[in-house]
Amino acid sequence: MSMAVLKLSGIRKTYAGPQGPVEVLKGVDLAVEAGEFVALRGPSGSGKSTLLWIAGTLMTPDAGTVELAGQDVYALSPERRARERAAKIGFVFQQFHLVPYLTVRENVMAPALAEGADGLGELAARADESIRRLGLEPRREHLSVQLSSGERQRVALARALLRRPRLLLADEPTGNLDGENARGVLEELARFAQAGGAVLLVTHSEQAAAAAQRTLSVTDGRLAPAASSNEPCSSAAR
Amino acid sequence: MSVGRLILKEILHRKGHFLLSLLAVAAAVASLVGSVTLLEVHRRRTERLLAEKRAEVEAQAERMNDEIRKSMKKLGFNILILPKDQNLHEVYEKGFAEKTMPEDYVRRLAESDIAVINHVLPSLIRKVEWSEQRRTILLAGTRGEVKVRNLAEKKPILEAVPRGKAVLGAELHRQLGIRPGASIRLLGREFEVLKCLPERGNQDDITVWIDLAEAQELLDLKGRINAIYALECNCQTVDRLGEVRSEVARLLPETQVTEFQSQAVARAEARNLAWRNGMESLAAEKKHREEMQRERERLAGWLVPLILAVSALWIALLAYGNVRARVSEIGILRALGVRNARILWLFLGKALVIGIVGALVGYPLGFACGCIWSGGAGEAASLFDAGLLGLSLTVAPLLALGASWIPAQIAARLDPATVLGDA
Repeated sequence: MSMAVLKLSGIRKTYAGPQGPVEVLKGVDLAVEAGEFVALRGPSGSGKSTLLWIAGTLMTPDAGTVELAGQDVYALSPERRARERAAKIGFVFQQFHLVPYLTVRENVMAPALAEGADGLGELAARADESIRRLGLEPRREHLSVQLSSGERQRVALARALLRRPRLLLADEPTGNLDGENARGVLEELARFAQAGGAVLLVTHSEQAAAAAQRTLSVTDGRLAPAASSNEPCSSAAR
Repeated sequence: MSVGRLILKEILHRKGHFLLSLLAVAAAVASLVGSVTLLEVHRRRTERLLAEKRAEVEAQAERMNDEIRKSMKKLGFNILILPKDQNLHEVYEKGFAEKTMPEDYVRRLAESDIAVINHVLPSLIRKVEWSEQRRTILLAGTRGEVKVRNLAEKKPILEAVPRGKAVLGAELHRQLGIRPGASIRLLGREFEVLKCLPERGNQDDITVWIDLAEAQELLDLKGRINAIYALECNCQTVDRLGEVRSEVARLLPETQVTEFQSQAVARAEARNLAWRNGMESLAAEKKHREEMQRERERLAGWLVPLILAVSALWIALLAYGNVRARVSEIGILRALGVRNARILWLFLGKALVIGIVGALVGYPLGFACGCIWSGGAGEAASLFDAGLLGLSLTVAPLLALGASWIPAQIAARLDPATVLGDA
């Protein structure tokens, strides 16, 4: 059995609410293998985004461990954790979060800020290749405000993939896109998984969930298989 | 993509924010530079005014000195050095001293470090019978003034009488009908009349002046004199005569000193009083200007820090606003693995740029304002101070960095999950 790219064990998280503490995650276990595309579904406030942040090493759980390629990331110092995150995880968000004063190419190259000068040439070549592959070449020097929503999400995707992460975390990446653009983004996620990456997608969308190999539902702070099983990721874009 | 490039692109993107921050720094630097320039112009003006006033007082004193010198030329000397054993009563009665002293005393005085007398004039005076004209006269031998080594070169108040020449008092040349250029015979020697003096109303009117050496030969008193006339210089104490006596006694113990011609003394005292008044007025002006300078320094002492503090607060608020406007950007950069230190530098680097550019804008602004408001525009080139520019280039970035420190720390500590979740 291959080692899980992401392994969550006994994750618990409690928020302070107006009527007292609210435990949103009650001992979640999850493993995402390389080449696997997993979708998380659930009602708003069920804790699926919280689980994504914890998996992305951006939010410390109250209990439990998060292993990234076998490394317990919350046992690391914040600096080491940031390096691990930069090297192994890519993020795609519903709101794109592009830097408004940077061009398409500069936004794609933004992860290079986490690097030293070493390897910048290779990252630049990769950025150019992603821009071409995602059909952004004519928009290369445009600012994000000059792009359509679909183009912005493709830029965000290219940015997430720049450092060839092992895990891609996507939070409602198709939430602001029309059908055609959403399909294009899901195809890219599926392609990433096919190439050996692991994808954890949080979505409300049936279409997006259908693109995943495995769909889990966050209910009452725990994970459970979703009601319907999905086709393999190769059919996601169909 | 480097932090520097990101800073520059963000500055170009949010020009308004940058310009407002720049304005704050430039205002702070301009107030600092302007105040320093104003104070410097005032200081220089004070120096110039005081120098001008001092020159005026000195010129006035010099004018008075000249007047005294002229009056002395008319009145003669005011210090008389006589042999110690000479009875003064006899001198007042006869108009000259019977006792004599060595002419060498004059050399001793001249070569000494004495500072209380000048215009030293040796003389030998005797009442003689002018047998050729059948009348009694005073024969005065003089060799002119001997320069006192210790004192500055001064114009002599009495010229020497050359050998073979004679100067006649008014009563003599008037009664005998003698004019300058005429030849006279005196005690068996021929003399050419060099000058006929106007009436003085004293014994000078019956005096014939000839060269000292010739007088000594005629009177058979070779190497002897009976008086040294001198002009009191600037005595330091009220007891002027006592001061002169003490100094002369130190050099010539076998002499005595007396004073005469009080009109000249009064003028000298008036000169001294005018000098003292001038110096007091100068000191008062200096005190007034120094008080003004202190007042301005006190004003700058609280105004400049106040402006610096307001500017720092302004920059801090703008920096905080900048952080709030960029939370999404900060969140995604953190999510991409950009470390806290780099996020910190995104804001501190911008503050540094604002500080440096602010100093470069504020310095000439403050310098120009300082020059114009103080009326020192004409001396702008000499007022330029590289040290002050260096200080501005140090203070302004420190001000901007200090003011941006807390907002930058807030940015670096933003929780990306919260930021991106809320966005």
